[in-house]
Amino acid sequence: MVPTNYYIILSGILFGIGVFAFVFKRNIITIFMSIELMLNAVNLAFVAFSQAWGKLDGQVFVLFVIVVAAAEAAVGLGIIILIARNRQTLNVERVDLMKL
Amino acid sequence: MTASLVVFFALAGLAVIGAVSLILQKHPIHSALSLIVVMVALAGLYLLLGAEFVAAVQIIVYGGAIMVLFVFVIMLLNAGVEEHTNISKLAGPPGLLLVVALAGFITATIVRTTSGVQGSSQTGAMASTSGISNMLFRDFVYPFELTSFLILVAVMGATVLAQREKH
Amino acid sequence: MSAILSANAELIITIVKIVLLLFIVLTVNAYLTWFERKLVAHIQSRWGPHRVGPHGLLQPLADGLKFLFKEDPTPAGVDKFVYFLAPLLALALALTSIAIIPFGPDPLRLFGRDIYLGIAPPDLNIGILALFAITALGVYGVALAGWSSNNKYSLLGGLRSSAQMISYELALTMSVVGVLLMAGSFNLTKIIEAQARHPEWGIFGWNIWPQILGFICFFIAAIAETNRVPFDLPEAESELVAGFHTEYASFKFAMFFIAEYTSMITISCLCSIMFFGGWLSPFPASWTWTHYLPSLILLPFGLWVIWDGIRYETVFGRVILPVVGTGITALGAAFVLYPGVNEFIQGPFWLLSKIFVFLFIYVWMRGTLPRFRYDQLMAFGWKLLLPISIVNVMVTSFVILAKMQWGGK
Repeated sequence: MVPTNYYIILSGILFGIGVFAFVFKRNIITIFMSIELMLNAVNLAFVAFSQAWGKLDGQVFVLFVIVVAAAEAAVGLGIIILIARNRQTLNVERVDLMKL
Repeated sequence: MTASLVVFFALAGLAVIGAVSLILQKHPIHSALSLIVVMVALAGLYLLLGAEFVAAVQIIVYGGAIMVLFVFVIMLLNAGVEEHTNISKLAGPPGLLLVVALAGFITATIVRTTSGVQGSSQTGAMASTSGISNMLFRDFVYPFELTSFLILVAVMGATVLAQREKH
Repeated sequence: MSAILSANAELIITIVKIVLLLFIVLTVNAYLTWFERKLVAHIQSRWGPHRVGPHGLLQPLADGLKFLFKEDPTPAGVDKFVYFLAPLLALALALTSIAIIPFGPDPLRLFGRDIYLGIAPPDLNIGILALFAITALGVYGVALAGWSSNNKYSLLGGLRSSAQMISYELALTMSVVGVLLMAGSFNLTKIIEAQARHPEWGIFGWNIWPQILGFICFFIAAIAETNRVPFDLPEAESELVAGFHTEYASFKFAMFFIAEYTSMITISCLCSIMFFGGWLSPFPASWTWTHYLPSLILLPFGLWVIWDGIRYETVFGRVILPVVGTGITALGAAFVLYPGVNEFIQGPFWLLSKIFVFLFIYVWMRGTLPRFRYDQLMAFGWKLLLPISIVNVMVTSFVILAKMQWGGK
């Protein structure tokens, strides 16, 4: 039986790596992917606690998180396509002014 | 060293390697592939925790739909190799320290307050689809209907955003 | 030594099953290519392969040797890691999906253990959902192959093909929900048992009658998923050179090829299990004389092969065909003489026959139907197939609810 703490530590590590990728990378699609990594880390914590307490609420919440992440990915990638079309670049440091 | 511990460490190692590879790769498509590896490893961990339905949904929705969307956008926008400017190279080491501090703090807090909890293997029988669907349609029916509305709004929004301008 | 063996017996049995099933699936793939070439040729009034070995039966062997020895160039400018990963991914996923299918109801009793026919344990709660997960990941093989080839036609073919696969995946999963509602479980064994609720109905108890709409949606969506005619625009030769596998040469192309035929086999298995009763016999359970049907089919077939082999034109055929025929006749005779074996073989025999019928229909469609244009294909998937499968789910749930409310009293 794997102790629940191990899952929480793994979730913390993945979340930390996600935050680091978010601040360090410069390509906007990679930044978006690090958001998905953070959401996945949180999902892991939810499922680990759901098994620890013996209730199913955690897993139902994971389903909601997955659905919301899907909706967010769809709209976010639409916005990214628009940015790429208007500024012709995917580097966030070049889209830091509202003036084109 | 029981079998579950061995499997846990293998899957956890795979997930961490995938996540680190997300940072280290230069081309976004390789980062996307690393993220897919992380998601499949997490699905394996959900199976180890007895959450079969969530594991299957993770692979179908996250790995088979959301990441495919990412891969499509990377291919269509022809995202090239990423360059690192001076600012980002400067932000690397302090950022790493701060992130380690943040993640360590969150993890330590949670671990300290829940250190007595040992996992039980009871959710295996209940975590079947009927258990989850009972909860979804009884206790959580209001958020469930709201998420269907949310998906509708997201689909309309994405369609409108990605249209070509008509002159 | 025997202590180690008995402690890890489950693991060793599973490994042996995996190796055996891999070997069988790859051989069936090879002879499926022979079958396809022969059948399409006969539909087009020509012979097909008939020189390499008797009746062209050694043609797959020649093709395999060709694939092994042909030069395997890597084009310039490809993304090496992804270029090598894509066919591996496609093949691995296609072969993994065979592991979930149960091939028979009764276990073999060997070495004091029950060995079930099929790699996944019979109480896998998420049987068909795992299959859909593997299908969902199969989109990557195609998309990454198209992108990494550094070739306009491959990229276009890969994008079109993966967009097609994603669109029809929705219709595929929705059309199965009716069957799942009637069976009450994702487990493939329980789906077949739900069709055996009235053993006296035989063929009329199968899921095809209440779920005819679901079956049509599932079959059409499955053909689009596997990129076969009439949905094979992304890999058609006259349209996009060869689509996403243009730049792939001998062995990597063979991997895509095997992946496509293996997914054909998996879809045929799924159709038979979910809509046509799997290993159930079409005759009512009280007609026990039908238990002799396998022997009744194998014995005359074996004798015909012997007779045809004796009169064959080449010496090689005159030697090999009678041997094969004798083997088939002996198998048929063994089923008559050993009733225990006969009972065991009933389930797998019916399942394999149904799989064969579906493979025949697949190849038949390839020989006769023209292909869809891409915009017709996408319109068909989103505007016709998906609404029909949703309507099927709604009607099925209303009927089940009505039965529960008024039929249970």
